[in-house]
Amino acid sequence: MEVQIEDSQLVSHYIQGDERAMAVLINRHNSRLTGFIYSKVSDRELTEDIFQDTFIKVIRTLKRGAYNEEGKFIPWVMRIAHNLIIDHFRKNNRMPMFNATESYNIFAMMNDDCLNAEKQLIKNQIDSDLYNLIKELPEDQQEVLHMRLYKDMSFKEISNNTGVSINTALGRMRYALINLRKLVEANSIVLTN
Amino acid sequence: MEKIYIKKKDKCTLVTAKPETVEFLLAFSKSLRITEAKGIKFESNLN
Repeated sequence: MEVQIEDSQLVSHYIQGDERAMAVLINRHNSRLTGFIYSKVSDRELTEDIFQDTFIKVIRTLKRGAYNEEGKFIPWVMRIAHNLIIDHFRKNNRMPMFNATESYNIFAMMNDDCLNAEKQLIKNQIDSDLYNLIKELPEDQQEVLHMRLYKDMSFKEISNNTGVSINTALGRMRYALINLRKLVEANSIVLTN
Repeated sequence: MEKIYIKKKDKCTLVTAKPETVEFLLAFSKSLRITEAKGIKFESNLN
């Protein structure tokens, strides 16, 4: 007659350092626990993950000596699994997942604003070319252009800062841009990324 | 008479965790050490 060792005995053997006891416990309750998790999540991979996390928690608790012998082993394990399943659904509610379909793929519409290495190099080149071109302009035009483009100041602010009227500031900006275009053409510079 | 009955096949497959998962858990269990110092328990993983 085959004698089956009780879970509680296996647990105490495991706590005393017998690693084989854990193997017996896992194999004994494998299908029951997996079936329980699968019935809730209906996903094979997720079931596997939650099963693993459940037993990791079991192992850590037992090794830490924090297991309370009052309850039975398997109801305790099921409770851990149940809590992990709840955690999973809570997390998924906070962060809804989008699965791409043929007609709608959210990732096709999303992109980050960062330039790749090549485009960043080109941008740096353009910035430096433009900086050198601006230095060729008359000083009053340079001043307006700097304030408008690099300091993002309004024409009213430029007018207050430079002591000229808004119309003069606008005119200097206009001439600055015209002259810049002439310089770009004369030097055959490409300022596009 | 022709035998028209076929042997019933159990289409319900038992769901169990993969052997790799079980192996991983046993390896994790073997590698986990708990040490206590000044009332605080520290976990270490000896791989």
